[in-house]
Amino acid sequence: MDFLFGRKRSANSAKERLQLVLIHDRTDLTPAELDALKDDLIATISRHVEIEPAAVRINLAQDGRSQRLVADIPLRSAARRRRSR
Amino acid sequence: MTAKVVTVTSGKGGVGKTTSVANLGVALALRGQKVVCIDGDIGLRNLDVILGLENRIVYDLVDVVEGRCRVRQAMIRDKRLPELHLIPAAQTRDKTAVSPSDMVRLCDELRPEVDWVLIDSPAGIERGFKNAIAAADRVIVMTNPEVSAVRDADRVVGLLEADEKGPAALVINRLDPAMVRRGDMLSVEDVLDLLAIELIGIVPEDDGVIVASNRGQPLALDAKSKAGQAFQNIARRLMGEEVPFMDLDTPGLWQRLMGRK
Repeated sequence: MDFLFGRKRSANSAKERLQLVLIHDRTDLTPAELDALKDDLIATISRHVEIEPAAVRINLAQDGRSQRLVADIPLRSAARRRRSR
Repeated sequence: MTAKVVTVTSGKGGVGKTTSVANLGVALALRGQKVVCIDGDIGLRNLDVILGLENRIVYDLVDVVEGRCRVRQAMIRDKRLPELHLIPAAQTRDKTAVSPSDMVRLCDELRPEVDWVLIDSPAGIERGFKNAIAAADRVIVMTNPEVSAVRDADRVVGLLEADEKGPAALVINRLDPAMVRRGDMLSVEDVLDLLAIELIGIVPEDDGVIVASNRGQPLALDAKSKAGQAFQNIARRLMGEEVPFMDLDTPGLWQRLMGRK
């Protein structure tokens, strides 16, 4: 339907914008602070295992009235590590 | 009698708190319940005009708190509904004239006398809000299907959680089913997804609200009004009845709400 109107219906924009605003209101965490957290997390985990820093995804997700920090941290495979040695 | 103290609040102003308190008061009184409505908006009182009782004020909330009169003397009895009473706010003072513990004391005094104490919270999250929720057994958070009202409602729900006030119940006011169908208004489902709290009422947009406020006769007195009916339903849910949500002719809404239980 949306392509017929040539734009997204405004209720969808409202919902998407609110989803982001509410997560930040509730956690009191700015996007910049979230980036700093991500850098710290990458540094810490890298001390123990080899990871793909560029592929790390850290997001805040809503789960009912609670928020959770969801981290997706791909590990560099052992086989590839051996080959690159 | 052991009254339940119910506070209606919203964060944002102008979403319909005062209208709701007036209509819930009327709806409960129509069911034979003894009700006291307290206007918590000291300095900006309005519940008196919405109820049409503005000419009968002698004493107000601050007079009670400061001991210039007894609680009974400040309770204005509605002549249309003898079970309905109003304790008006003071108009020439500010929110600091009353403290949260004053509200707890006042409500404890009212509890054995009536079935319901309905408190109309002022907008905001400062002193007036804290006064209004101090004695609440149950809090109703009002919102409109608009970004600013939903955002503020979420803030208030968070503050109530932090205050361990128990789960708040949500009323979505001024819903326009035609705009929802067009995709230009947040739907009931959208608002519930965002706020993730229990729904206790959906009130459709209704021109009658302004007419009712012009006359000082709350809509719940009019059996034909849709918004009035919605408030009647909320009153019944407060009393513990299972009342299905009104069909506002939004495809999918009915099924979704029935499925939510």
